[in-house]
Amino acid sequence: MKHLLSAADLSRDEAQLILDTAEEMRSLADRPIKKLPALRGRTVVNLFFEDSTRTRISFEAAAKRLSADVINFSAKGSSLSKGESLKDTALTLQAMGADGVVCRHGSSGAPHLLAKSGWMTGSVVNAGDGTHEHPTQALLDAFTMRRHLGSLEGRRITIVGDVLHSRVARSNVLLLSTLGAEVTVVAPPTLVPVDMSRWPCATSYDFDAVLPKSDAVMMLRVQRERMNDAFFPSAREYTRRYGLDKNRMAQLPDEAIVLHPGPMNRGMEISAEVADSTRSVIVEQVTNGVAIRMAVLYLLLSGSNETEEQTA
Amino acid sequence: MTAYLITGARIVGGDQADLLIDNGEIVAIGSGLDAPADAQTIDAHGLVALPGLVDLHTHLREPGREDAETVFTGTRAAAKGGFTAVFAMANTDPVADTAGVVEQVWRLGRDAGYADVYPIGAVTVGRKGTQLAELGAMADSAARVRVFSDDGDCVWDAALMRRALEYVKAFNGVIAQHAQEPRLTQGAQMNEGALSGVLGLTGWPSVAEEAIIARDILLNAHVGSKLHVCHLSTKGSVEIVRAAKRRGLEVTAEVTPHHLLLTEELAASYNPVYKVNPPLRTKEDVEAVREGLADGTIDIVATDHAPHPVEDKDCEWSAAAFGMTGLETALSVVQQAMIDTKLLTWADVADRMSYRPAAIGQAAEHGRPLEAGAPANVVLYDPRVERTVVPDESVSLSRNTPFDGMTLPGKVVATFLRGTPTVLDGELTR
Amino acid sequence: MSPAQRAEHPEISQPPKRSSREVLDASDISRALTRIAHEILERNRGADPVVLLGIPSRGVPLAQRVSARIQAVEGQSVPTGSLDVTMYRDDIGLKPPRGLEHTDIPADGIDGKVVVLVDDVLFSGRTIRAALDALGDIGRPRAVQLAVLVDRGHRELPIRADYVGKNLPTSLVERVTVHLTEFDGEDAVLIADKAPTGVKA
Ligand SMILES: [Zn+2]
Ligand SMILES: [Zn+2]
Repeated sequence: MKHLLSAADLSRDEAQLILDTAEEMRSLADRPIKKLPALRGRTVVNLFFEDSTRTRISFEAAAKRLSADVINFSAKGSSLSKGESLKDTALTLQAMGADGVVCRHGSSGAPHLLAKSGWMTGSVVNAGDGTHEHPTQALLDAFTMRRHLGSLEGRRITIVGDVLHSRVARSNVLLLSTLGAEVTVVAPPTLVPVDMSRWPCATSYDFDAVLPKSDAVMMLRVQRERMNDAFFPSAREYTRRYGLDKNRMAQLPDEAIVLHPGPMNRGMEISAEVADSTRSVIVEQVTNGVAIRMAVLYLLLSGSNETEEQTA
Repeated sequence: MTAYLITGARIVGGDQADLLIDNGEIVAIGSGLDAPADAQTIDAHGLVALPGLVDLHTHLREPGREDAETVFTGTRAAAKGGFTAVFAMANTDPVADTAGVVEQVWRLGRDAGYADVYPIGAVTVGRKGTQLAELGAMADSAARVRVFSDDGDCVWDAALMRRALEYVKAFNGVIAQHAQEPRLTQGAQMNEGALSGVLGLTGWPSVAEEAIIARDILLNAHVGSKLHVCHLSTKGSVEIVRAAKRRGLEVTAEVTPHHLLLTEELAASYNPVYKVNPPLRTKEDVEAVREGLADGTIDIVATDHAPHPVEDKDCEWSAAAFGMTGLETALSVVQQAMIDTKLLTWADVADRMSYRPAAIGQAAEHGRPLEAGAPANVVLYDPRVERTVVPDESVSLSRNTPFDGMTLPGKVVATFLRGTPTVLDGELTR
Repeated sequence: MSPAQRAEHPEISQPPKRSSREVLDASDISRALTRIAHEILERNRGADPVVLLGIPSRGVPLAQRVSARIQAVEGQSVPTGSLDVTMYRDDIGLKPPRGLEHTDIPADGIDGKVVVLVDDVLFSGRTIRAALDALGDIGRPRAVQLAVLVDRGHRELPIRADYVGKNLPTSLVERVTVHLTEFDGEDAVLIADKAPTGVKA
């Protein structure tokens, strides 16, 4: 693994390795001394063209716990907001000797371009690109589910909301199906891509029908502004048909859990009662995010690609 | 003027014959021709002789974006690709919406001397789609504009489109429509389908093209004018145009070389060199446009040569400009997509890339069969060789060819514009 | 090495097919571990201060076996766990990234205790150096001791074992393989002539 650009890049073994490594990272992170020496001398750049304090802080904490040098490079107040191109930025990062670049960008495929263009040689981690993917979010979601449900093989996972515009949904569908889960996406037809034939999942427009057959439900953030583009008639109607409230939660099997990648629109896609209920693992998702990102950074950046030799 | 005796060429892919060119005309075709003593002989055995190609859809970028292309560099690229005439799209800066601008472009073409430049006039002022430009003034100018287009944008207002079609009847003009329903394509980045959903790129649905083509054909049937459909790209569009022609409705259509060869799968690389408008479509669409070109539903091949400077393509997909260069590779792509697949003969290629585009654009000097007395606009093409496309070898100012690294068949060996070679031995003569 | 990596590299977990001779059999190993257990008790005057930490992968079951023997003798269980040193190795960054092994520090920690590190083979000493660094991030033991099943020599660092199952003089081209029933279905220590690359010895 040189880069992590899409959840589709991960084989089942690789995904399991990341999750297993994250499990170790999580227990190590509970210690009084939280720094681990694995990335000493390595430079990780957080390259954020889009504001996302949550994701950036999560990656920053992960890199620092592994003793990496962290440089934050965000769009606001830097040359990026003054029209510097992605290419020039990449050349700068290369000159700085960045070993890893964590890239968040509003344009789908930007991390892909960064990794494949030859502008820089470091590893690229996609921290969310446009409406494409957000693989570390999917990994932390899978990690959280695995902690509660055990193996995801055969587990029924339902993803609800603005699938069309959601990078979280894309990465989750790919990763969860790689891990053997049966994924169903639920949304109004306007918020699902017109042709789902390349998605390894089922599609439903009927949330209530899917609920009783769900081991985990992931609610996606839905922006109220989509209403203006006629994706749905009103926030109220959206909530009525696709929101998760107490009554719908009661239809879930006993052990089922509720996830949300955040930030939540309480009262829109998820009611406050559900968000704060014992089934909700939303706070845990944040904690697990650091462990997952430690695992990803560790596995991408700690080694060289030379062949292993004998030691003891 | 030097006379040229071209020996052994396969005339439009048929029988071998010699061609004598003198004083800007084809003097004779046959064998044992009586050439002047100082005539230069060109051995063309194995080469195909075609009438000079005519491109009804080229973006020369001048005035305004001389960093991407100029009339000079663009017509050099045209000559290198075997073209002797190009129609220059109106989306320049300033827009070619007045007699002044179209005359400027026309003069620049005449001065460059590599290919005749026929300016296309904008349909609406500033291509803004609200008010008709002075179409009559452009028609009456020295540039004698006959083709009008807001290309880059669609004339989406049905009433305005109807008026434009009606108005140009007075001087036998034609409206070339960039068929793209704007509301259905807001923020569109690539063909809408299974792949766009996976790549997270906003879709450009086929129906946004097809709806406008259908509407325009019906509008044109109502007013009895001339409608030309630019860069038709979908299977549905082929079916609509085919049905219209069957019903006897007036419409002509073009397809680009890239839509004859490439598919949307290339977008998965997120390399913006594959970003174009209309977008690359599916394999099914490629097969349909090939069939449409073969059976005459699609009248012509036009390049939609759209040069862009490096910085407009060396960036993330959504920030990149739409468009691909195409003049220097057009004939090779057509050979691969249509000749090598036996869908067209060389005589058909002469029809689709010379006779018919010249007729649609009313370029009387061009698109004439190779025969004695015709202007000596001739291209000699070697279909037996192969070449790997290297962007830096392009004579265009821009490098945004989607065929970068591909091996294509054939090569233009010589291009004659009214008896003067613009290309000899595969290289520009000056 | 995680199970996932083992699955990808079957050649690592399978005994290589080449001439090798057995230097310790199951009963030799059993006797050596029993002796080590007694020596630990003797040296530390009982089991009270002792924490056993096995170094993955084969050090972990060895620590458990020693622990069981101590319990049998003393009637008192010894806190036993595992200590992964992957991130502390001095060759990290020079080799492909590896999955982490499990670290399991007994609940009462290691502060003030006598930590006995347990590994299968002592060779260059670099693994033990890494283990000492890893321990430093966990707490401050009163003392650290080292128990190994086999000491094959060729130290590259000033490190020695306190408890040795068997001293085994080897040449550098030889390869020592420890088989344990927990991983390999048998207990044995083997020496082979030539170490293939890509395999940890
Ligand atoms: Zn166009
Ligand atoms: Zn165009």
